[in-house]
Amino acid sequence: MAPMADQMTAEAASISEPRVTLMRDPRVRGLIIQIVMIIAILAFAAWLINNTVQNLAQAKIASGFGFLSSRAGFDIAQLPIDYSSNSTYGRALLVGLTNTVIVAGSGIALATIIGFIIGVGRLSRNYLVRGLSTVYVETFRNIPPLLVILFWYFGVLSVLPLPRQAVELPFGTYLSNRGLQMPAARFDPVAIWTLVAFLIGIAGALVLARLNRLRQMRTGERRSLLWPNLGLILGLPLAVFVVSGLPVTFEFPEATRFNLVGGWQVKPEFLALFLALSFYTAAFIAEIVRAGILAVSWGQTEAAYALGLTRGATLRLVVVPQAFRVIIPPLTSQYLNLTKNSSLGLAVGYPELVAVGSTVLNQTGQSVEVVAIWMVVYLGLSVVTSAFMNWFNARVALVER
Amino acid sequence: MQEQVAFYVAREQKPALPPPPSEYGLLATVRKNLFATPFDAVLTIALSIFCVWAAWNIIEWALLSGVFVGSDRQACLAGEGGPVGACWAFVSAKLGQFMYGLYPLDERWRVDLALLLLVILGAGLAIPAVPYKRLNAVLLLIVYPFVALVLLTGGRFTISGSWIALLFIVAAFLSIIFASGNPGVSPKLIRVATWLVALAFLLLILANVVTGGRMVLLTFRFSPLALLSFLTALASTGASVLAAVRAGAKQNGVLLRVLLPPFVVAMLIVLLAGDFGLRPVPTNLWGGLMLTLVVALTGIAASLPLGILLALGRRSSMPAVRLFSVVFIEFWRGVPLITVLFMSTFMIPLFLPVGVTFNQLLRALIGVALFSAAYMAEVVRGGLQAVPKGQYEGAMALGLGYWQMMRLVIMPQALKLVIPGIVNTFIGMFKDTSLVYIIGLADLLGTVRRGFSDPNWITPTTAATGLVFAAFIYWLFCFSMSRYSIFMERRLHTGHRR
Repeated sequence: MAPMADQMTAEAASISEPRVTLMRDPRVRGLIIQIVMIIAILAFAAWLINNTVQNLAQAKIASGFGFLSSRAGFDIAQLPIDYSSNSTYGRALLVGLTNTVIVAGSGIALATIIGFIIGVGRLSRNYLVRGLSTVYVETFRNIPPLLVILFWYFGVLSVLPLPRQAVELPFGTYLSNRGLQMPAARFDPVAIWTLVAFLIGIAGALVLARLNRLRQMRTGERRSLLWPNLGLILGLPLAVFVVSGLPVTFEFPEATRFNLVGGWQVKPEFLALFLALSFYTAAFIAEIVRAGILAVSWGQTEAAYALGLTRGATLRLVVVPQAFRVIIPPLTSQYLNLTKNSSLGLAVGYPELVAVGSTVLNQTGQSVEVVAIWMVVYLGLSVVTSAFMNWFNARVALVER
Repeated sequence: MQEQVAFYVAREQKPALPPPPSEYGLLATVRKNLFATPFDAVLTIALSIFCVWAAWNIIEWALLSGVFVGSDRQACLAGEGGPVGACWAFVSAKLGQFMYGLYPLDERWRVDLALLLLVILGAGLAIPAVPYKRLNAVLLLIVYPFVALVLLTGGRFTISGSWIALLFIVAAFLSIIFASGNPGVSPKLIRVATWLVALAFLLLILANVVTGGRMVLLTFRFSPLALLSFLTALASTGASVLAAVRAGAKQNGVLLRVLLPPFVVAMLIVLLAGDFGLRPVPTNLWGGLMLTLVVALTGIAASLPLGILLALGRRSSMPAVRLFSVVFIEFWRGVPLITVLFMSTFMIPLFLPVGVTFNQLLRALIGVALFSAAYMAEVVRGGLQAVPKGQYEGAMALGLGYWQMMRLVIMPQALKLVIPGIVNTFIGMFKDTSLVYIIGLADLLGTVRRGFSDPNWITPTTAATGLVFAAFIYWLFCFSMSRYSIFMERRLHTGHRR
């Protein structure tokens, strides 16, 4: 027995003490791989930086962000904030950023509206609605957004008549190759009370909804809040508006000999970018909405019907809240895509961040700095948008117990 | 308690009654699908009016008042016949440019030939019934890119000795992988081969640091260290081959596989450096659909392997690798492609050593490849996460190593799961290639854009016609890709169908 026991202990010893080479030990090997990778990346980065420094020295370009405070010397066509050619490069880039935010924000709004309509339309029982929605989605999804922008700009808006023969639309609006000329509303300072009333109305509606929910929890009865809400959100401000004496004047565009004067002008560059981005992104949003609704299992609808809910109530109370959970994450990435695609405004001369930045880049030669600004701004916009949508997502997400 | 007893019991199946007349037939279908509710009815009527109006306008614009023949803008200007519709004469006059850019007229057969080869090889791979899939894939993915490169540029590249050494080191490394792990192959020789490859690699790195001396071997210029590195790589390959030969006659396949990498590399060098009598065509003459395809296919080819590596890196257990992958992926995904292209145009020249330049096309390609790799990585990661953990554990329990597990068990399942996502990325990339026109390359959209600014052709409808034509081509490619992906998805849907 003794030799056998010895043998067994020997075996046990050989098992507990692994006889593998160091390279075969996963932990050691992982460590070595990581160290080698870090060294390689650092060496590569050092090589790039070294080359860049040499190249910059050769081209006699001073690096740094000092150029931001020197005079820009170029004009920008669309100015949401004060700017002249005497302003600084930094100010010019700020104008660009504001324009980006404007086109992205309005584009997101329109794209969401169209996208939801088309997405629901793709599930309609009506053959015609379904067919047209499908054609819309399959067309716009498969065409580059840049082409759509160029089409709106060069194919449609540029060939509109001159301002003298502008197409007259209802409400004193004119459409010409200089863009859309709309009546501008000029508000008196008293109009601020209307805004206050509107905010109070929204707050009231929120309180009412909460009370209603508490009441439903208590009694199980659910009351329609449509009319009280309409009254609070629309009626109250309207009443204040009328009582304070209609503090608004409209300025209508007028046709002079060569141009349309007055009113509020929407430039064709903005219009082309805005329409193209909305139409393009709407096709993707439509698919997301459709997938979201389909993801809610049919059993949920049947159960709601069995409980005696009407078709509308089923949609509003059962299907849509569940569909939203599926819809929101991909919707976020579509919003981000639209924001990033707004950089294509460069192609039609809409002065957004990239277009202004490329002018700055060409004038100063500060390519590293300008590209860095672009990257930081877009990464920042991405982070802000996704943070907001994550917060919203967390609110509507299913609370699992 | 007395039970109620039914007096009537049906003994056989009763014939089914016909459905009520309001529920079947053409009329019922129309009513149910078009006029179910009053709202539906209103919608249907409004939309059908819209459809007829739109269809009539499109037909009128494209066909009835379209101009099909003409040699310049005069043909497409509004005359006495009222407003003019589409100017198709413009498209037919510029078709050559839209397809080939400024590629020399009598060299365009080379583009056609490259495209024909691509279609043949691609169809062979895409159609499930065609045999020899593996050979076909090797031809398409490894041989074809170089053939196409030589066809399109004209070849006769000058290859430095260090590149040759590097290629042979890669070949030697592949030979070792093919030789090792087979029964009967002596591990001693494999170890020798491995050390030799490592030595060759070190020598090559040294060769790039220490410069001096030039030697010419078969028209290729080597520095002494590069030559030494090249010879060491050859010796390593020799060791692998010897190991395979020693393994005996039964391992014939092994010998063949070990010999394949150096052979392919040698052929490659001959192909790239050889003179086939093709006139060189610089890339600034490339353009049109051809350039679009070049950019898109390069992006696709580069993004898939890079994306897989990045996705694996992001799910790796090594923190440094994971961090690097996350930063890389999120950086490229967070910025618009146009800034990436600007970056590659303006910053790559700064990053390179003084005196080294890349041409515009290559810079754009680098930008597109890195950008799309990040998107692909996220798609692949989705697939990796969807593979159940049991599959990983099962593979590990079988004793598979990391790469074997990924190659044989995980990747086939993961990639199959994300086919729609991969194709979506391809479609996105194909559309995104249109952006290269902003940095001055003349792709399909770029040539159309230049075409309708041509003073010979400026008319109110030229731009719209050209853009509709380009849109149709883009649409055709993207739509067929998405249809093919649906087809493949159904085909590969083996099991797990819910």
